[in-house]
Parts: sequence; C-alpha cells; structure tokens
Amino acid sequence: MNSPHIASAYDEELKYLTRRISEMGGTAEQMVADSVRALVSTDAALAQKVISEDVILDEAERQINEKAIVTIARRQPVAADLREIMGAIRIAAELERVGDLGKNTAKRVFAVQSAGIPRALARGLEHLAELALMQLKEVLDVYATRSAEKAKAIRERDDEIDAIYTSLFRELLTYMMEDPRNITPCTHLLFCAKNIERIGDHATNIAETIYYMTTGSQPEGDRPKDDNTTSLVAGVADSTA
Amino acid sequence: MSETSTTPPMTAIGISAAPARRDIGLGRRYAAERRFRLYGMAAIGFGLLFLFLLLFSVVSKGYTAFQQSMITIPVEFSEQVLDRNNERAANPQKLMTANYPIIARDALARQLGVTEGDRATLREISGMISDSVRAQLRDIVVADPSVIGTTRDVTFLAHGNLDSAFKGQIDLSVDEKNRKVSDRQVGWMNQLAESGVLAKHFNTGLFTNGASSRPEAAGVGVALIGSLYMMLIVLVLSLPIGVAASIYLEEFAPKNRLTDLIEVNINNLAAVPSIVYGLLGLAVFINFAGLPRSAAIVGGLVLTLMTLPTIIIATRAALKAVPPSIRSAALGLGASKMQTVFHHVLPLAMPGILTGTIIGLAHALGETAPLLLIGMVAFVADVPGTPLDPATALPVQIYMWANEAERAFVERTSGAIIVLLIFLILMNVGAILLRRRFERRW
Amino acid sequence: MNIMSETAAEKVLEKKMNEISYKMIGEAVSVYYGDKRALYDVGLKVRENTVTALIGPSGCGKSTFLRTLNRMNDTIEGCRVTGRIVLDGDDIYDPSIDVVELRARVGMVFQKPNPFPKSIYENVSYGPRIHGLARTKADMDAVVETSLQRAGLWNEVKDRLHESGTGLSGGQQQRLCIARAVAVSPEVILMDEPCSALDPIATAKIEELIHELRANFTIVIVTHSMQQAARVSQRTAMFHLGNLVEENDTDKMFTNPDDQRTQDYIMGRFG
Repeated sequence: MNSPHIASAYDEELKYLTRRISEMGGTAEQMVADSVRALVSTDAALAQKVISEDVILDEAERQINEKAIVTIARRQPVAADLREIMGAIRIAAELERVGDLGKNTAKRVFAVQSAGIPRALARGLEHLAELALMQLKEVLDVYATRSAEKAKAIRERDDEIDAIYTSLFRELLTYMMEDPRNITPCTHLLFCAKNIERIGDHATNIAETIYYMTTGSQPEGDRPKDDNTTSLVAGVADSTA
Repeated sequence: MSETSTTPPMTAIGISAAPARRDIGLGRRYAAERRFRLYGMAAIGFGLLFLFLLLFSVVSKGYTAFQQSMITIPVEFSEQVLDRNNERAANPQKLMTANYPIIARDALARQLGVTEGDRATLREISGMISDSVRAQLRDIVVADPSVIGTTRDVTFLAHGNLDSAFKGQIDLSVDEKNRKVSDRQVGWMNQLAESGVLAKHFNTGLFTNGASSRPEAAGVGVALIGSLYMMLIVLVLSLPIGVAASIYLEEFAPKNRLTDLIEVNINNLAAVPSIVYGLLGLAVFINFAGLPRSAAIVGGLVLTLMTLPTIIIATRAALKAVPPSIRSAALGLGASKMQTVFHHVLPLAMPGILTGTIIGLAHALGETAPLLLIGMVAFVADVPGTPLDPATALPVQIYMWANEAERAFVERTSGAIIVLLIFLILMNVGAILLRRRFERRW
Repeated sequence: MNIMSETAAEKVLEKKMNEISYKMIGEAVSVYYGDKRALYDVGLKVRENTVTALIGPSGCGKSTFLRTLNRMNDTIEGCRVTGRIVLDGDDIYDPSIDVVELRARVGMVFQKPNPFPKSIYENVSYGPRIHGLARTKADMDAVVETSLQRAGLWNEVKDRLHESGTGLSGGQQQRLCIARAVAVSPEVILMDEPCSALDPIATAKIEELIHELRANFTIVIVTHSMQQAARVSQRTAMFHLGNLVEENDTDKMFTNPDDQRTQDYIMGRFG
C-alpha cells in the first residue's frame, strides 16, 4: 500500500478490515468446498458443519460493517481510503452471500440423500465447483495484492463457468425428462448448480470492486456472459443432448 | 407567465453582457486619500522645519562656546610686584593677596610693545585679560613659590569682550563709545592674533568650571555633576519603586474600587504641574526633613516623585502588553504567581519598562521649575563632592545664563543647551540599545 | 477457527476495558463568572489512560470545565466553582491541596502554541527546574531529551536545542508545548483546542502524538472539531449551554448517539 498515515491507528483500522476480509474469504471458500464435497458424497455430517459455519460469516460481516462505519465516522476517509472502506463493506457482503449459497447447497444434501446422485452429474457439479472456487481463490489473492490487471482478467473469465453451468442445466433437464422420479433430486441439483454459478458471479463482483478500489473507476464494458439457460427450453435441450 | 415576461432574455444574463460600470465613488475615495497624505506630509514637514530651526539657532549661536580665545605669553613673576619686601616666608597670606593681574598686564604690555603708558592705556590692556588670570597665576605661584623672579610661558583666558570681538560677534562698525571694545584694543587684538599669541583653543573650562560672573570662566561643570547626581538618585529610587508598584498593581492586587482609585490617581499625578512637586519638595524634604537646600539629593528626590507616575504607567502598559498566553503557560506548568512574573512576564516587559524609565529620566533631566523652588538656582562655583553639597542642574544653568546680559553668555547659553541635548541623545541611544538587548519575539 | 479465536481475544480485551479506573471525577460541578452561571452540575468521570474529548458549540462550557480540572479558573477574576472534583481520591478544591502542586500533576496545553521566548532547552527544562525534578545537568539533559522524544520533536530539534523556541513552526511549537507539559511528568494532560491554530498536517501530527501519549497519561481534550474528537478520543462528552448532554464511547457517540441534541450537533443540524 501507500506510505503510512500520520495517524497510526488509522492504518491499524484499515489493516484490520483487510485482514478480516481475507479471513472471511478463507472461511467462505472452505464452506463452498465442503458443501460441494458433502453434496457429491452425500455426507450429512459435513453438510451440517457447513450450515453451522454460516453464522461465523454473518458475524464477521457484521463486525466488518461496524468497524467500517466507525472508521468512516472517526476518520472521514477520502480518496483511496474511502474506496478501501467502501470496498471492504461491499466485499464483505459478497462473501457473506457466498457463504449463504454454500449453506443453501449444504441444506440440499438432505433432500438428495435418499436418491443419490448419478456419477456423471456429480462430476459435472464438481467441475463447476472447482472452477468457481478457483475464481474465488484467485480473486481473494488479488484482494491481497490489489492488482487491477488481474482483477480485470478474472472478471473476463466468468464465461467459462457460465458455459459449464449451461451444459449442466441441459443435462439435468434431460434426466428429468427421462424419468419423472428424477425431478425432485434434479431440481435440487439444479439449484445447487445455480448456487455454484452464482458464487462465480460474486467472485466477479468482488473483482470489480477490487478494480474500483485500486483504480477509482468502474471497469468498462459489460462483463462477458455465456449463461444461455434463460433461453433454453426442454425441446432444444433434448435436441442438443 | 408574467414572470417569464419580466425576466430578461438569457443572453442578457449570459457572459456576453458586460456588467454596467457602477459609480462606486472611486475618484472621491482616492482624492480623499491623497488629501490625507498631503496633510500628513505637511504636518511632518512643519515639525521638521521647526526642529531644524531650533537646532540651527542653537547650534549657530552655541558652537563658538566650545572654543575660547587664549593668550599665550611669557610672564615675568616679578618679585618687585608680588613680594616687594620678601615677607612671603613669614606671611603665607602675602602670596594669596598679591597683585597678580599686574604681572599679566605687564607681560601683555611688553608683548604689545607698549613700554610706558598712561593709566588709561594700561586699563585698556588690563581689559583684554580675563579676571580669572588672578586665580590662575596665584595657583602657579602658591604651588611653586620658586617661580618668583623667573619668566615662563603662561596661557590665560582673554577677556570675555575681547573673546567676543575675536569671534567676530561684536559689530565694529558701531561707534566706539557704544561698544565694549575700543579701537585700540581691536588693533592690539589683531596684532596678537597675527603673532599667534592670541588663539582659539578648545574650551575645556566649559565642562569643568562652575558658575562665574565672568563669562569666559563660567562653565557647566557644577551643573553637569548636579544633574548626574540627580539622575542617579532618580534611577536608583524610581525604577525599583515604580516597577514594584506596577507589578503589584498589575499582577497581584485585586481589582476593586480601591485599586481603581489608585490607578486614577497615578494617572492624575503624571499630569500634575512640576512646580507643584517643587513646592512639595520644599515643604517635605527641606522644611520638614531638614535636608540641605540647593543639594542634588533634594532635587533627585523631587524629580523621583515626579518621574514615578511616568514609570508606573509605562511599566503597567509594558506588563499589560505581555501576552496572557505566556502567563497561562507558566501557571499551567505549576509556576507560582511570583515565578510567573519574575521568570517570564518581567523579562518580556523589560524593553517597555526601560523605554518608559528613560523617557521619565529624560523628562526629569530637562525639568527646571521644581529645582528653582528648592534652591538649586544658586550661584555655585565649586564642584559638589557629594549629593548633599550645593549644586545646580543643566536646565537651571541655562535658565541662569539666559538671564545674563553679556554677549559671551549668549553663546554659553546655547552651548549649554547643546550639552543638554547631547546628554538627552545619549540617554535615548542608551534606551534604544537596552531595548535591542532585551527585545525578544513571542 | 481463526475467526473464533479473534473474537474471543476481543472479548477478553473488552473485559479488560470494562475494568475501568477513573483518574478524575467531577461531581455536580458548577461554575459561576460573577453572577453568570457557566456550568450546571456537571458530573463527568475521566478514565485513566484514556483520551476524553469535550465537544459542544461555542460557549457551551467545555473549556470552562477543562479549566476547573487544574484550577486555571482561579486566575480569572470573579470565578467561583462549586461541587467536587476528585483527582485520585483528593478533592482538588480542598484547601489542603496546593494549586501549584495540582498543576504539576495536571498539566495543560493551550489553544495557541505559547512557547516561552527562550531556547527550546529552557522551554522544556523550565517545569522540572522550578519543581526541582532534576538534580544535575545530566539529569536535566535526560529529562529534556525524553520529553522531546515523547513529543516526537527530538529528531527535528536535537541539533538546535539552544535556539529560540519561537523560531519553530506552529506545529512544532505546539509539540514543544506538549513536551514542556510532559517534562513535569503530570498524571493528566489537559488540552484546550490544541490544534485550532495549526494546518492539517501539523494537526494530524499532534493527534498522532495524543494517541501515543495515551499510554502514559490521561488526556482530556477540548476541541471545536467534532472530527478531531472522533479521531483522537476514546470517550466523548458533549456539552450544551453549560450542561453535560451526553458522555459516551466515541465510537458510539459518532455512529449512534443516545441524545437527540448530540445527534443534531454532530450531524450539523443544530437549530
């Protein structure tokens, strides 16, 4: 970062925010990974653990917001400091959402437990989760280094996840059309896939926030989208499958 | 709708419309300022003019007082004249009362080549020599009686009138009867001047001699010493008393009716005419306390009383001018009131106090009226050894000389004024130097 | 997990903070200037090793209250103080308490930097000298050095200790005044708008200094700037019309004050 503030306590407060965000990121990452693992291996105990951990993220977000508000009230931050604090608030909210999505995925473990998950679908989900987690991990690394270039690069990579999500969506549709008994677990899986895809979106949001924190300007242009599920219909899915 | 019709079109408000020049009376204002500057410069010019006139008149009249015409001739200490019957061993008084002017006159007559003259001629020659020659020659003889019967070169003062004539202050065109020097004397004067016997020398006597009825022998010596004594007394008494009083009033005394009353009275005292102080001194110090009349100590005491209010007012102003933040700083550190005043406030007020004191002293130095009342207007020929001896003061000396009729006293009056002015300038320079020395920024 | 231990550590810290010791306690303090009443029964506890900021609109009595804490009000003609102010159990208005001793324990820094027009060394050494705190020249040198270091001024002035203190810049002068106050080793330092005459950078330096001094001293600071109160203090007291309106943690005060008047004042909506 830049040269230190004359008020050393101010630096401490900013450092505290950065540290707590990183910790939150670590926790969220762990939760998402655990939730996908629990889903794939239908491990109810692990799912329970993930669900219970969400409180930590909620609490961390609350503390970060509180600290940020107090810091704003006490220091009247401007320029980079102001963006730093606003960014912390936004990133904390994104990470909290990531945690919620992980928790939601874990909750669905109990619903699909009895039916079990087909191998192929499990692999697809794992791959999607891998990509989303990598996205999240990288964005957290970028948060530590504050590289605008890398943040921009991450933002532009979201289409990969979208593509896999689209193909997974089609697959699930096919399963459901094959056998109506699959509808219940597949719907849950569909939501899980959507959750994981959303995590990728949150990672992108964080990347945008980091870009703004570092450069002071919003990243230009629309983010690339390859999520075509909105226009998919069963028939089309059928034909492509 | 009516609103839009009254609003001027946009172009009128826009940048293109230059605002109309308003008449804000600039011309009048500048004219007033120019007039005021002119008044100011006129006032200063007026002041400078009068200062210049004063200095010019004093210096032009007085500078000659610092030179004195002297006659240097071989004088024969004739035993015939001084001690015809050789009784000086038996009667020391003989040498004291001998007729010294005669030998000086004879010496001058010889110098002029007048071998034998009638009484009138001799009287005229006598008239060229100052009477002070009597005391001068007597002192030589008394100091060394062996000089009798020998001849030695002696420099003595020319008579005041001759001195005036020699300095060109006597108008020789007027009728001989109506002037103090005769044509014959003027002739002799020129003859002496040509041979170098009569010459102008620096007038040390002006600074060392006391009062004398003979202008050529009169000096401000006694007055200088008297003034010096008085200044010392005023300084030693009024500075500590005045500063102590002001510090107490300003820093310690409670602010109530009584201190208000005291303050008003101190201000009033500063405005009391000085002659009143003279009357007070006469009543208290001389009539009541029994101090000697005409003495410098009484003068000093009276001037102290007169100077005190000035010093107190100046000191209080100086103390007030010390920023309160300095006092707070010291008090906030736990300094006592006394430490605060003496460590911080007083040193900062010192330049102001010294300025006030020196202005007060200068005022006292020039004061005449109270000294007249306590008898310092006396004819004092001997230099006072202590402040208890009779003395005069510079302004009184000027006053006395200004009353004398002789021409030679006129230049002495101006000369004494120059001495007084130099004295004052020295004091002011001292004040400036002290202020520089003590001045500090805060 | 990591976050868990963090919050646990904070809880411990919080618990520690809850064991509060009070350095000075004002009880029902009222101040009168002649017939005019300037303070109405103010009760304020000043915590040890804490920066307490007094804020409020002009003429609200915050400076008056500050000055009662080391009896600087004594120097004002016609000023009368009622109530009790206790410093470590001693009532400072008790006749047995000497005001000179009190001021050695409760130092003060003023609004305008007011170094004595003497050398930097003499400025700092003056307090220890009059109180006899340093016996030898070497002792005094050490006191001067540590005081200047504590005030963060040593590196800037160590080569010109014998130059005039008035030749320093405004911020340096104020830090010199703080060094001068620190040199007496007071327990409490009162600051009366110490930055109002300084530029932002000098102000920031003084604020950082206050933050550091808190470890060794109890500090009470009056400030016109609410932002400054927010930056430097842990506790804030809000005065209005001679009354203590609210006293609270600074964080609370500036995010969610209890009193409506405080809220209006800090938000700049004072009617």
